[in-house]
Amino acid sequence: MPYRVVHYLNQFFGQIGGEDKAGTRPFVKEGIVGPGLALQGALGQDAQVVATVICGDGYFNENMEVAKKEILSMIKSYSPDILIAGPAFNAGRYGVACGAICKEVKDELGIPVVTGMYPENPGVEIYKKDIYIAKTSDSAAGMRSAVPVMAKLALKLLKGESIASPDEEGYIERGIRKNVFKDELGAKRAVDMLIAKLNGREFKTEYPMPDFDRVTPNPPVKDMSKAKVALVTSGGIVPKGNPDKIESSSASKYGKYSIAGVEVLTPDKYETAHGGYDPVYANSDPNRVLPVDAMRELEKEGVIGKLHDYYYATVGNGTSVANAKKYAQTIAKELVADGVQAVILTST
Amino acid sequence: MKLELGYVPINNIQFGQETCITGTALHVNADELATILREDERITSLEVDIARPGEEVRIIPVKDVIEPRVKVEGKGGIFPGFMSKVDTVGSGKTLVLKGAAVVTCGSIVGFQEGIIDMTGPGAEYTPYSKTCNLVLNITVKDDIERHEKEECIRLAGLKAAKYLGEAAKEAVPSYVETYETPSLIEGHEIYKDLPRVAYVYQLQSQGLLHDTYVYGVDAKRILPTFIYPTEVMDGAIVSGNCVSACDKNTTYAHMNNPIIKELYSRHGRDINFVGVILTNENVTLADKERSSEFTSKLVEFLDLDGVIISEEGFGNPDTDLIMNCRKIEEKGIRTVLVTDEYAGRDGASQSLADAHSLANAVVTSGNANEVIVLPPMKKIIGNHEAANVIAGGFNGSLKEDGSIEAEIQVITGATSELGFTKLSAVGY
Repeated sequence: MPYRVVHYLNQFFGQIGGEDKAGTRPFVKEGIVGPGLALQGALGQDAQVVATVICGDGYFNENMEVAKKEILSMIKSYSPDILIAGPAFNAGRYGVACGAICKEVKDELGIPVVTGMYPENPGVEIYKKDIYIAKTSDSAAGMRSAVPVMAKLALKLLKGESIASPDEEGYIERGIRKNVFKDELGAKRAVDMLIAKLNGREFKTEYPMPDFDRVTPNPPVKDMSKAKVALVTSGGIVPKGNPDKIESSSASKYGKYSIAGVEVLTPDKYETAHGGYDPVYANSDPNRVLPVDAMRELEKEGVIGKLHDYYYATVGNGTSVANAKKYAQTIAKELVADGVQAVILTST
Repeated sequence: MKLELGYVPINNIQFGQETCITGTALHVNADELATILREDERITSLEVDIARPGEEVRIIPVKDVIEPRVKVEGKGGIFPGFMSKVDTVGSGKTLVLKGAAVVTCGSIVGFQEGIIDMTGPGAEYTPYSKTCNLVLNITVKDDIERHEKEECIRLAGLKAAKYLGEAAKEAVPSYVETYETPSLIEGHEIYKDLPRVAYVYQLQSQGLLHDTYVYGVDAKRILPTFIYPTEVMDGAIVSGNCVSACDKNTTYAHMNNPIIKELYSRHGRDINFVGVILTNENVTLADKERSSEFTSKLVEFLDLDGVIISEEGFGNPDTDLIMNCRKIEEKGIRTVLVTDEYAGRDGASQSLADAHSLANAVVTSGNANEVIVLPPMKKIIGNHEAANVIAGGFNGSLKEDGSIEAEIQVITGATSELGFTKLSAVGY
């Protein structure tokens, strides 16, 4: 039995029409449509395009959440082994649709997905981390070279074969870092790189610098004397014994602990789980990292309205940015729901 | 300044009546060594053990690795400021027991210690699976502070390395390497057509248990300074820190600093390797600003064309790395950075805690978060349970069958930011 492939196309490649048909709602056609012919040719006998889902780019982008659900159920009904979308070349709305559908199918159906785009397509930046996007030219003139790359990736994913580097396979780098052993020591590579740089010769950095997120601060709290304030720390202060077993480095979780009625943190009840600093001072007086004592004073003096009954703690030692972001999003939602207006974040 | 390193190859290590070298075998009188080490009354128990390349042995938790060396000619002695007076080292002749190492282990600090497997997949990641290791498994008194425990173990390691080094005093080295750095003006006259290059050497100095020593001085108390590269080869820099095992620079790695060796190998041919600028990685912003100001000022003062900057540790020191890079590049002087990455277990996260567009030439020693399974070993030296708490391990890392599932962060020297391994990371 060949693998079952569902193909996703927009109204143009789905042969419905141009911009005037961009509002077309999603529908399914059995078998191959348009570029599906070339795709089937490249897939060969191992995989068969069983259905093609077509949707107008305008409709998809204007009704994304609904459209995703509609298309997902159409795709699901064909019990596919893989979804192949596009290629979308440099068509922005089409690229976003291909990326969004692929991610939805990957997350919901747990099957592999492949699409193709020109590197500057806005869909690339949004979805490259989640899915394999074959690198294509900017227009449909590149169809002939795009399709074999997508088909090869698809077959490898279907067969569970390992995917080689972006250069070898022809997909857009996803920003996933993988370890490899090189032929030379790091020190030699560094000196070679410096000599190339000094002589104006070409060199390739092994770690391209990312663009950093910048967070715009919120406006100040208008009246602190009425504000409920919470403490959140990456300094690892936990109830003694570390009940949630938060790791000393690369924390995979955070803890939420009640401090209702606690006036001051004492060393017999609290300690740090953090492995990145000498814990002597934090353990002898945990308030140094999580200032419950000072907050209680401010509460009494009426400087703040109330200290929130719970604090949140994790270990910020080698913890990945992606995990930190995930914890922060969940914690922030709970804090907002609990009516907290301000947070003091302490690190170490 | 000129230093000859005479290599005495060691291919085997065994206990014996007398500490000496026969052929390429190092014999160790464990009782005599133990007596010397136990003069430190803070040590309550001491086991001297041996781990050879290829043996099914795991050492855990590892504190430091030190290479035995002895000075036979020239000023000063090995490990100035600790085992010798503070005379300037780096000239004359030093003998190296190449292939031998002292490994200190034992439950000392609690968190940031490492693992050395002498065989299996873990052995591929650490340079110290290829050395004949004399392992000191040390327990110290309970009632002293952690940093004092660290000091106690550190000194024991240095003493043992000095003790073994002295066994080579009369040995005839099988080969000799000569390293020479002329004075600034002399060097400029000899190599006036070559680009002037120095090495900016960041030393871990984030605080208690995160310290490095220069001639016995705690590096967080130094202002960036300039030294001859050969001084490092005589043990001028000693590790005293407990940052994650994969990217702490062991004393062994300092003594054998591969960046210094590589720069020397191109010296007089492609570059004029002028010398080494030592700087630190302190935690406060004012300290970081001051140290990077001094470092970039020295780079300018020495009229350099390019530098290599290496980091030690991760997270907080990423800011020192980037600050040094930015300030030096802004003076029109080229930089190459050596670091490692913490990109998460799935490799999808941002790798460094800081970034700058001027940091356009970076060598990476790999993603420390990548997970590895270390198979069971027949013999464990130290405390196996430490696998659950050391940085990079997690509750449940140590399996019932004695295998360990953990991040490569736990392996001593796995992502050396001195570029001491071939590990790297690529974007997928």
